[in-house]
Amino acid sequence: MTARPAPPLSRRLSRVLVYLAAILVALYILAPIYLIAVMAFSPRAVVYGYPKPLLPTQISLETISFFINSYGILDSVKNSVLVAVFTLVISLAIGAPAGYALARYIFPGGDIYRILILSTRAFPVVILSIPLITTYISWGLDDSALGVALLHTAMALPTTILVTSSIFVGVSKDLEEAAMTMGCTRAGAFRRVALPLALPGLAASAIFTFMLSWNEVFAAAILTLQNQTLPARLIVQLNQSPIPFRFAGGFFILVPAIVFMLFARRYLFSLWGVKLR
Amino acid sequence: MKPRRRANLEPYLLLLPSLAYLAVFFAWPMVQAFGLAFRADDGRWTAEFFQRMIGDAAFWPALRTTLILVVTIIPLQFILALIMALLATAGLRGAGALIYFYALPIAVSDLAAGIVWFSIFTERGYLNTILQGLGLLERPFIFLQYGATWSLIAVILAEVWRATSIVFVILVAGLQGIPKEYHEAAEVFGAGWFARLRRITLPLLRPSIQVALILRTILAFQVFAVVVALTGDGVKVLASEAYQWYSQWRNLNVAAAYAALILAISLLSTVIYLRALRTRTEALTV
Amino acid sequence: MAEIRIENVRKEFGKVVAVKDVSLVIPDREFIVLLGPSGCGKTTLLRCIAGLEQVDGGRVYFGDRDVTDLPVRQRRISMVFQSYAVFPHMTVFENIAFGLRMQHKPDVEVKRRVQAAAELLHIEELLARYPAQLSGGQRQRVAVARAIAYDADVLLMDEPLSNLDALLRLEMRAELKRLIEELQTTVVYVTHDQVEALSLGDRIAVMKQGEILQVDSPLTVYDRPAAHFVGSFIGNPPMNFLPARVIDGGAGLTVGEARLMLVGEMADAARRVGSQEVWLGIRAENIEPLTGPGPTTLPGRILVVEPLGSHTLLTVRTAEAMIKVNARADAPFRADQPVWLKLSADKVRLLDKTTGRAL
Ligand SMILES: Nc1ncnc2c1ncn2[C@@H]1O[C@H](COP(=O)(O)OP(=O)(O)O)[C@@H](O)[C@H]1O
Ligand SMILES: [Mg+2]
Repeated sequence: MTARPAPPLSRRLSRVLVYLAAILVALYILAPIYLIAVMAFSPRAVVYGYPKPLLPTQISLETISFFINSYGILDSVKNSVLVAVFTLVISLAIGAPAGYALARYIFPGGDIYRILILSTRAFPVVILSIPLITTYISWGLDDSALGVALLHTAMALPTTILVTSSIFVGVSKDLEEAAMTMGCTRAGAFRRVALPLALPGLAASAIFTFMLSWNEVFAAAILTLQNQTLPARLIVQLNQSPIPFRFAGGFFILVPAIVFMLFARRYLFSLWGVKLR
Repeated sequence: MKPRRRANLEPYLLLLPSLAYLAVFFAWPMVQAFGLAFRADDGRWTAEFFQRMIGDAAFWPALRTTLILVVTIIPLQFILALIMALLATAGLRGAGALIYFYALPIAVSDLAAGIVWFSIFTERGYLNTILQGLGLLERPFIFLQYGATWSLIAVILAEVWRATSIVFVILVAGLQGIPKEYHEAAEVFGAGWFARLRRITLPLLRPSIQVALILRTILAFQVFAVVVALTGDGVKVLASEAYQWYSQWRNLNVAAAYAALILAISLLSTVIYLRALRTRTEALTV
Repeated sequence: MAEIRIENVRKEFGKVVAVKDVSLVIPDREFIVLLGPSGCGKTTLLRCIAGLEQVDGGRVYFGDRDVTDLPVRQRRISMVFQSYAVFPHMTVFENIAFGLRMQHKPDVEVKRRVQAAAELLHIEELLARYPAQLSGGQRQRVAVARAIAYDADVLLMDEPLSNLDALLRLEMRAELKRLIEELQTTVVYVTHDQVEALSLGDRIAVMKQGEILQVDSPLTVYDRPAAHFVGSFIGNPPMNFLPARVIDGGAGLTVGEARLMLVGEMADAARRVGSQEVWLGIRAENIEPLTGPGPTTLPGRILVVEPLGSHTLLTVRTAEAMIKVNARADAPFRADQPVWLKLSADKVRLLDKTTGRAL
């Protein structure tokens, strides 16, 4: 085997610069996450202290347990999970059939519907929580997890529809038809063939919906009073809370999101690469 | 012929729930926002709430700050996201990890981002620690002072940090959709790196850029938790005022006036983008 | 315009060696065709010449310029891509003008040369259109026009006709041939279609698994394949190969019971190797089917009769192998009928039994 000839110096140099730039940007993104983690795992005295340590010198769960044991936090975590699960279930239940219809049928109005769904992205849905307050009061949905979830679903639904549609486009119609020639009903073919193949993509879509809901602050803070989600509770209390509470709280919302990303990263581009055409 | 007619109805039945849902939880509240903002309790049309909003001392600063944030954050994000996307698709070793890291903040809520950057910018925070450690400062500097320019810069940095990822992912998805033959052909016909970027990559990326711009601008007009977590009420924006009017003063009508305003500005900006970035449809469908 | 000299060029993708130490000299103004089955490394070799791949070993020269380390755009090549790579966001005019714009040519010249290229390819009326408004054939013309409008020493084409339908391909093939004869430039043309290669090339380089097996004029490659593979890849039907034995120290040959006297070049080759087992290669049109035995015939039985209009193709089973034979269109052959095959001794190729190389 002949050795690969060394590329010219200028090319090697620019390669090094590219790596350097890539690492610098990665540092800009990772460093703040690292720093808040250091804070969350330091004892309260260190969190209050100055200068702040750049390395975790004294690892301790004191700050985190202080946060978790603060009044109302566990309830709000429970609410957050409840809201996110509601959101995920409702938006998949309503969005997946629509996405399936867009993927499988050619019908008059299909394009108009698609444009309609796309254009909802041009609206700040979160802001709609304000007018919804009166509606919720008359429906008895005010200050409820379901109420927040219903708004979060309105935020998530267009994306869910478009993403599930592209997932089902990726599952060949031939497969379903082949199943039908072998004695499956229409619904049976969907359940036995299309659904299992689409499942990983649907799961990724669900994860993103969960994250969207878990992270949302404004609407959750507007629509709840007692039954707050974690971000809502945090934002209401934030400016009266001690520093360790804030840092641990910030870290606490951050962690599930990052873990979820790890699972869903393969689908990142199919989820967000949906083009506006 | 009976089954065929049923088959024709199927897609509509599948779409119906989503349409009904969006009517109730999207279209109706939007109408209601304007109703609450422009109608008094007795049903008369009135500009009273709107005037109260505009007359409030915090209104113009909030509007100004929101606009400043939009016009600074969005260009910065696009430049950074483009650099990140080009780095991530440059065929570096470890590109997979790089893409994961760069995309990570997508999962980070604006509130968490605000808190994270608060730990950096607060008086007894990391930035002062580092600057003092390097001997650049004698004593901690108060970055997040009420109404200070530095507060705004902190908000910009935090927002750029948090929300550039989504632009990045959209751009990378767009880049991956451009066949590499276009770049190779341009190279064959004498285009250098920069010429390829300007004449091939960016034009072909236009649909992705358009999506990302609209998405990001809409979100930037609603910027809220980052600002509150970083500065308390030291920096005022439209969404935080809307929140205040409802949660603090219990005035739903003025809050709705803010909501209506944000809606209107968002729509206006979308229309502007769509016109400015209009893609010749015939140039798109290959 | 330039001679291309490739010396021991090697390209690996991980474990796959796509191009194995290939050497090739392409004289100035020659139209050479790289021919081989899919995956044999034609595209990779072409891209090494273009500079789109960096070679793992060896050198590439254009004339006396060593271009091995030059980036693509400094090599003065132009190229037609298999997918055409016509820029979708530019009009046909801007596509053809692209390279000239990159060279900052004055507008007047750009216009003149785009016009000239467009006329050569009969696409003047399409200049204002976008690629999405063109048919596949028209896009292909744009790609070719773009390549010839650009100042280049070397024109590279990667299966430019493979995405066209059969009829259009035939038409474009003839047009390309005329065009390139006019152009007087060095052309490297990649295809997996042997008919295309035979009809277009001044010379054909036949590739297999990253290596060039033979470089010769189309007729030589067809009539006198240098290797078993070349004979079986080129021609329709492929060359027949029969196990044979050189006897009498090279004076003759036995194929089963039949004896053949060798003449000319093959006789010399046979004399060199002496008595041994060999492959006998012969094309279908050089075998005459007879209804009765003769002194040097090979007996067999007809399996399939396929009338093809200009002639009839017979598939014959003999004791040694299946053999394709051309019969006259009006010959009265039927399936399952015995037949005797007369091989033309002067058209026979002898190949080494183990290496597959011609003797
Ligand atoms: N970019 C690449 N990465 C990995 N393997 C490649 C790449 N390009 C080509 N190959 C491999 O190299 C061999 C030759 O490919 P190619 O030159 O495209 O063949 P051809 O054009 O003759 O069909 C094939 O085995 C192919 O799989
Ligand atoms: Mg090829």
